[in-house]
Amino acid sequence: MTMTMPVGDLVPELILLLGAAVSLLAAMFLPARLQWAGAPLALAALATSTLVVATSGGAQRITFFGTWARDGAAIGAKLLILGATAAVVLLSPEWFRTDPRHGEYYTLLLLSTLGAVLMAGAADGMQLVIGVLLASVTGYTLAAFHRRSALSVEAGMKFFLIGGLANPLLTMGVVILFGLTGSTVYEVIAGRLTGADPVALAAAVTLVAIGLAYELGAVPAHAWMPDVAQGAPAPAAAFLTVVPKIGALVALARILSLMPDQIGWRPVAALLAAATMTLGNLAALWQDDVRRLLGWSAVSQSGYALMAVAALGRSSLALPGLLFFLAAYTLANLAAFAVVVELRGRTALEDYRGLAARQPWLAAALAISFLSLVGIPPLAGFTGKLTLFLATLDAGYGWLTALAIVNTVISLFYYLRVLGPAYFGDRAEAVPVLGRWAAVPALGAAAGLIVVGLAGEPLLSRLAEALLMP
Amino acid sequence: MLSVAIFVPLLGAAVLVLARSWSEKAARIFSVVVAAVPVLLMVAAWARFDTGSDALFQLVEAVPWIPTLGVGYRVGVDGISLAIASMTALLFLTSIAYPADYKGRARQYFAWFLFLECVSLGLFLALDLLLFYVFFDLSLVGMYFLIGRWGHGQAGRAALKFFVYTFAGSLMMLLAILGLSLATDPLTFDMAAIIAAQPLAGQGALATLVLLGFLVGLGIKTPLVPFHTWLPPAHVEAPAPASAILAGVLLKMGTYGLIRIPFAMMREEFARYALPIAILAVVSILYGALVAFGQGNIKRRIAYTSVNHMGYAVLGIAVAAAGTGPGLARARQLALTGATVEMIAHGLVTGALFLITGSLWQRGENYDMDTYGGLAAPAPALTGATVLAAFASLGMPGLAQFVAEFQVFVGTFAVYPWLAALALIGVLVTAGLFLQMLQKVFFGQLPERWAGFRDLTPSESATLAVLSAFIVAIGVFPAWLLNLVQTTSSILVASP
Repeated sequence: MTMTMPVGDLVPELILLLGAAVSLLAAMFLPARLQWAGAPLALAALATSTLVVATSGGAQRITFFGTWARDGAAIGAKLLILGATAAVVLLSPEWFRTDPRHGEYYTLLLLSTLGAVLMAGAADGMQLVIGVLLASVTGYTLAAFHRRSALSVEAGMKFFLIGGLANPLLTMGVVILFGLTGSTVYEVIAGRLTGADPVALAAAVTLVAIGLAYELGAVPAHAWMPDVAQGAPAPAAAFLTVVPKIGALVALARILSLMPDQIGWRPVAALLAAATMTLGNLAALWQDDVRRLLGWSAVSQSGYALMAVAALGRSSLALPGLLFFLAAYTLANLAAFAVVVELRGRTALEDYRGLAARQPWLAAALAISFLSLVGIPPLAGFTGKLTLFLATLDAGYGWLTALAIVNTVISLFYYLRVLGPAYFGDRAEAVPVLGRWAAVPALGAAAGLIVVGLAGEPLLSRLAEALLMP
Repeated sequence: MLSVAIFVPLLGAAVLVLARSWSEKAARIFSVVVAAVPVLLMVAAWARFDTGSDALFQLVEAVPWIPTLGVGYRVGVDGISLAIASMTALLFLTSIAYPADYKGRARQYFAWFLFLECVSLGLFLALDLLLFYVFFDLSLVGMYFLIGRWGHGQAGRAALKFFVYTFAGSLMMLLAILGLSLATDPLTFDMAAIIAAQPLAGQGALATLVLLGFLVGLGIKTPLVPFHTWLPPAHVEAPAPASAILAGVLLKMGTYGLIRIPFAMMREEFARYALPIAILAVVSILYGALVAFGQGNIKRRIAYTSVNHMGYAVLGIAVAAAGTGPGLARARQLALTGATVEMIAHGLVTGALFLITGSLWQRGENYDMDTYGGLAAPAPALTGATVLAAFASLGMPGLAQFVAEFQVFVGTFAVYPWLAALALIGVLVTAGLFLQMLQKVFFGQLPERWAGFRDLTPSESATLAVLSAFIVAIGVFPAWLLNLVQTTSSILVASP
């Protein structure tokens, strides 16, 4: 091992950090009416970082003395995280127009993005803990950014309290792993697992999984998700229901892929998947608040994604399935929240009645988003779920696939509870919208769902080459 | 050519969405013209189809779609799918031409109709399991919007029930499709390859589970008792042309799927369960007929006769799969041909009947048989069209449905004589219920409130005349249709 530091491998992350610093300075010195300038700054940082990730070649590898992954899973997750954040930035200036201090928001957004990127790329336990903590502290603040809204503060509080419980558990898990193997570097851990006490190992893995379940909004640490979806500023809700999830799922997949089957992590992941999708769907069933419904739907979607984790290593489609599903979920959830933002955050189910007659394009974006979340072909969500189902069946988890199908039927019901009145109901009064910028991600993501659904092959064949810990 | 037939309606739908300034009339004329294109293309396909060929599929067009998963855009026809797709194109043309209440959104109405035509044709022409599934699902989306937006009464509820219930069926089918395809190596969804490979032969419990998935999934769509409960509300609340499509085309997706997938792709397993499937079909036949007799609502009554008629189709398919004795091959082939013709005849006949209920609704806003009476005097053309369709539906010789049911019965008598005897009761009940309906609505005393009842308009008459002409043509000269269908049914039944 050469002792020079491959700093070049960290350029995308450093750009995000730099962007956060610059936007913070801008927020401090710019007058209230120019606080929106943080948005173009953030976009510039995200675009540059994306460009570096996309163009820096080289084999999929683990770098920085084994602590930092530059494999296909990490690169795919990073591109997804950066793109999702860019869409959230577009949603923000108009939403926060009346907030005289909202320049800091972009700093928090970039730092939180960095946290998610760190999770996705961490090949070392300490690295993982840092990523999760960074995503958490910035996440609390983003959720509570409407300082005068009780709902927003409550959302931040709930996020904080559950995080306060989950994050130490994650740290404890990493510490036990260190105690068992004498290292936090995954490659080293993987080499020293033979002979490790299986009970202690299982305990460590469980603790890590709970810590990550918090970030991805899965059972047993999911309870913040509906509150954040409902109470957080709508663009922040779009961010928090999508971005940390991407990082956390890849992180979970990465650490579990090291573990021997004998400690039983696979059935546990399957059970977590089952519990998460079922609970999320049942809770969403009778929601009369669309944002809360979206929050529970985000929980259930984490459950589907966990199916791929359970199939990891048993089916060659598990990792591509996970990443494709995440891409489709990201587009769909962003489209849905972007519509909510563009509709000025309207959230009561009743307020969506007759939307199609007044705002046909926004209604269509919402319909496409929901149908993709259900998995109706030929939208991206269908290809995602299809690949997941194939992987899960292939891995021998027929019961889990059957359960996912039952859940999919249930989910159609609550999505139609919104779409039915929106399309079939009548409405006399006009529907005011926020502005031009927020409509871009709504319509763009909806169009993306169609394009990725119809022409998914280039993406899927790329993802099929992605590796996890090469 | 087949792809053009599939995508011209979709293109037409896109034009309608964007053509904001079009009047109701312009939208209607445009849609009729667009819907005529697939009809012409089907005639051309018919001309190019070689009935002497040994190949199962002809006119095949294939492009890779998701090769990583073995999925391709593959379309083509055999005699069965060509016949059903032609009927589909014709029924869409007539349903689109038939006047309905557009509720001030004519463009959207026609756009959804053309969208539905695209996916229906796509389904019958698909030669890839996943493509089949894609169209299967999209047919639900199209019908959901048509029922919910242009239906009457509890349309929203009926649309929701229809979508969720039949979506459950289509996901069951998806699970079965995945189970079937995962048994192929390398992974493929190509129908022709799977038919040749019979990947689940000798796989025991797995094959049974997959077959069960297909039966439940396709059985819901067909619908087979006990999976039929979504059907009455959907039919009754839908606008009449959508009901015609629902009964005439969407139900066929279930029975066509049975022939295309489990019948052809898992012959061994399907044959093993032929008897229980046939029994279920007879239950549907009897139950559908008896419950239909109990309905005072005209649309509900016709809806339940669909359960009865689709039962004959399923019975024919089950018989065609059953028994491998050398003397039975002819009977089995007859049964399969009969089942296919049943689908086509039922599509035309029930399509016509549902369109007629639309005319009744537009004039009387009422589906209750007892409120009508003596309409023969003010509306002779309406009466004539209804009498013809009703007689066809009850199996009158010389009309389309007789040809179908006769063959199904002959085939069934050879294989399961006692089931055929039971199923005959269904024919008797159906005859009774249609005669009673005709008598109540069209004959007897004309109530005062219907004194000014308008007869069919020229566009209604023309549309129904087209359907009636085909009903008579198939009944009197069935050979042109039978030749085509037999080409394929003999290949399918003869397969080892």
